[in-house]
Amino acid sequence: MKIIATGNYAVAEAVKQAAPWVIAAYPITPQTEIVERIAQFVTRGELACDYIPVESEHSAMAACIGASAAGVRTFTATSSQGLLYMHELLHWAAGARLPVVMANVNRAVGPPWNVWADHTDALSQRDTGWLQVYAATAQEAYDTTLMAFRIAEDERVLLPVMVNLDGFLLSHTMQDLATLEPGSFIPPLHLPHAIDTAHPAAYAPLTGPKDYYRFRWEMERSMRDAKRVIAETEEDFAARFGRRYGMTTEYRCEDADVLVIAMGTLAKEAEVAVDRLREEGTRAGVLRIRWFRPFPKLDLAGREVVVIDRDYSFGFGGVLAHSLCSTARAEPYSVIAGLGGQEVTHGDIASFVRDRRPGEEHWFGVKADV
Amino acid sequence: MFEIRIHSRGGQGGVTAARLIALAAFRDGKHATATPFYGAERRGAPIIAFARIDEDPIRIYSQVQNPDLVVVLDRTLVPVVKVLKGLKPHGAVLVNSGHAVTLDHQRVHHVDLTGIALAEDLVIAGEPVLDTPVLGAIARLGVISLESATKAIAEMFQDPRNVTAAERAYRELVL
Amino acid sequence: MAPIPKEEHILATTSACPGCSSSLSLRYILKASGPDTVLVIPASCTSVIQGMYPHTAVQVPVYNIAFAAAASCASGMSAALRRAGRGTRVIVYAGDGGTVDIGLQALSGALERETDFLYICFDNEAYGNTGMQRSGSTPLGALTTTTPAGKVHPKKEIDRIVEAHHPPYQATAVSAFPVDLYRKVEKALTFRGPSFIHLLGPCPTGWRFPHGKTIEVGRMAVKTGAWILWERVHGVLAVSAPSKGPLKNPVPLQDYLGMQGRFRGIPPSLVERLQGEIDLRRAEVLREAGEA
Repeated sequence: MKIIATGNYAVAEAVKQAAPWVIAAYPITPQTEIVERIAQFVTRGELACDYIPVESEHSAMAACIGASAAGVRTFTATSSQGLLYMHELLHWAAGARLPVVMANVNRAVGPPWNVWADHTDALSQRDTGWLQVYAATAQEAYDTTLMAFRIAEDERVLLPVMVNLDGFLLSHTMQDLATLEPGSFIPPLHLPHAIDTAHPAAYAPLTGPKDYYRFRWEMERSMRDAKRVIAETEEDFAARFGRRYGMTTEYRCEDADVLVIAMGTLAKEAEVAVDRLREEGTRAGVLRIRWFRPFPKLDLAGREVVVIDRDYSFGFGGVLAHSLCSTARAEPYSVIAGLGGQEVTHGDIASFVRDRRPGEEHWFGVKADV
Repeated sequence: MFEIRIHSRGGQGGVTAARLIALAAFRDGKHATATPFYGAERRGAPIIAFARIDEDPIRIYSQVQNPDLVVVLDRTLVPVVKVLKGLKPHGAVLVNSGHAVTLDHQRVHHVDLTGIALAEDLVIAGEPVLDTPVLGAIARLGVISLESATKAIAEMFQDPRNVTAAERAYRELVL
Repeated sequence: MAPIPKEEHILATTSACPGCSSSLSLRYILKASGPDTVLVIPASCTSVIQGMYPHTAVQVPVYNIAFAAAASCASGMSAALRRAGRGTRVIVYAGDGGTVDIGLQALSGALERETDFLYICFDNEAYGNTGMQRSGSTPLGALTTTTPAGKVHPKKEIDRIVEAHHPPYQATAVSAFPVDLYRKVEKALTFRGPSFIHLLGPCPTGWRFPHGKTIEVGRMAVKTGAWILWERVHGVLAVSAPSKGPLKNPVPLQDYLGMQGRFRGIPPSLVERLQGEIDLRRAEVLREAGEA
């Protein structure tokens, strides 16, 4: 069915289709519409599910862990401080190999208080063992949420997935959305290590130095296998529903001399900048990173690269820029822009490309370059 | 691409108006987006919302810089907010007012949305509803069709007075 | 009354300290709940007692979870099991730190949401797993590694906090009265919704008494009225049999304190305050039970 929906509604609609049995969530701006909508679905009987109105995000993730451990599909949604408050349990969900799916509406972290878009919340959780994917349209948020359940629950993965969408920019922008009937696209969950009193086991007991690392290696092996599972899932999704995204999404990259690389809505806006740059004679393209964990394998050697980070790792640099430096042999012009919802237009992005200085870092809006 | 900026105060329905425009344009077979710019979420605060309409999918998330149409739901915003900022040279302005209005020596379209809402008894929590009547006025300007405007309103609101009010604003808009 | 089943669900050889009352308590708790039970365990002595990977001393599923998250984890688990049509009993077995301090918020939320589970607080009155630092549940006067001159703050009344959430069933227990403990767990599990059992955990290592004296210390806690056994069903309090006599005629508190190194050499003023606290609690229970 064709409707128009905000990014938040799109996620809620996808969750309804995926039909988790337990959803535990705590409201936070700008994620609230997701949980409100889901609570409505449950109240109206449109979604047969236990909605647990927990007293904190820490408890939201703990409840998802408990439910998932019992072998049922689970979902939660959060943002910013809420995600940070979950931090300990993000590690736990991944380490316990539970396919929890979570929507994170990217928002700046305080202080000072700021409710607008920023990727620092999610990127500061990058080492928790969660898969992370960033959507750029409501349709993509919807499709990716559906895919997230299948990927997380695949026996080769069994790791939680975080679907990210930019606060307000995507979460509150109303756009076209084609909903679908997933049918057999998401198979029923069979969690091999689900709690079963007929086959009792100790879960995550004290584990010594001669065994602990084996569990960590298993996580990494699954994270590597996840790339194949993502590709297969995308392939099947495209075959069934006609839309395809990939680990990365490319726009006019084939013959591009300079690539703009970013995540989320900024990368979509960059497409408009690239069209303008091409009119001016600059052969530019946009490489949008969708899956940040597992991180895509790219080779950017010999190409000029402008990376826009809506985040920062203090004392180090833009997280995306440095991820590319270390994995893709890139020497990017690193632009820090859009922090806490800072307005960045396609005109600004075109300027970043025109003014690029490979290997340097530029904080948009800050007069003296760092 | 046709770009609209709506000025209102929190509680007046500026954000909903943008969403209704997008839905109506979508029903016209076009691509459309509606984006609120949220500040503090409280009643009475100045609020901006944007709507974009195009034949192609819309890739822009940043704020509308050069609107083709500015809508002012609350005239008391005029001295406080630069409502004409960035308006395209031949851009249109629509103000909620019972009498003719001049902004920066420019005649603007006006319609008494508040009066229509009160006459139709469209009042929620003590505030006249402006988001549905304004859709009729915007349809009159040719941005969306009246048919899709009323369809969009009927999809989002059950009370038929919303459609009546929009139709009335369509007729009463002073060009 | 049906006899206590012979079946064991925990091995005799746990990794507990000698004389640990937790192993003993778990033995009776699991006898009462039976094999269709999941234990949810936050960081606590039980993290150690259950055994180290790849071994376990517990023969029901044990779900280990982060310190502050036991009650909320159990919330999700209980909801999932019920939705899957399973009657599996979900029992949180947490320490006093995981209950009255770091886990209090999650516990409050789970109680308020009427989670279908049994929450047992094994209260050895300090952070035992990390070597006996004070907790909110450490009594006045007790020496711990972080109160080397004796604790100057009274024990937090977790039972009052839990009571404020109106769970259908609430009780206190101690392993020195295992039949009382067994019956209470059995009864708690007949209620749909949350039940709470506050279990005193005499701890030879932390309380500094010989490990053969665990039962005696537990009994003396009851005889002196320092620990009162009661249950509260739908808000109505009843004193349990072992506490009935001691409530009216307690033996001197010193008989209990004197058995334990943790009260040795503390200032008489603290002992006096502790006596005052205990007298107050005793009077409250008597009044509420209509036996004053």
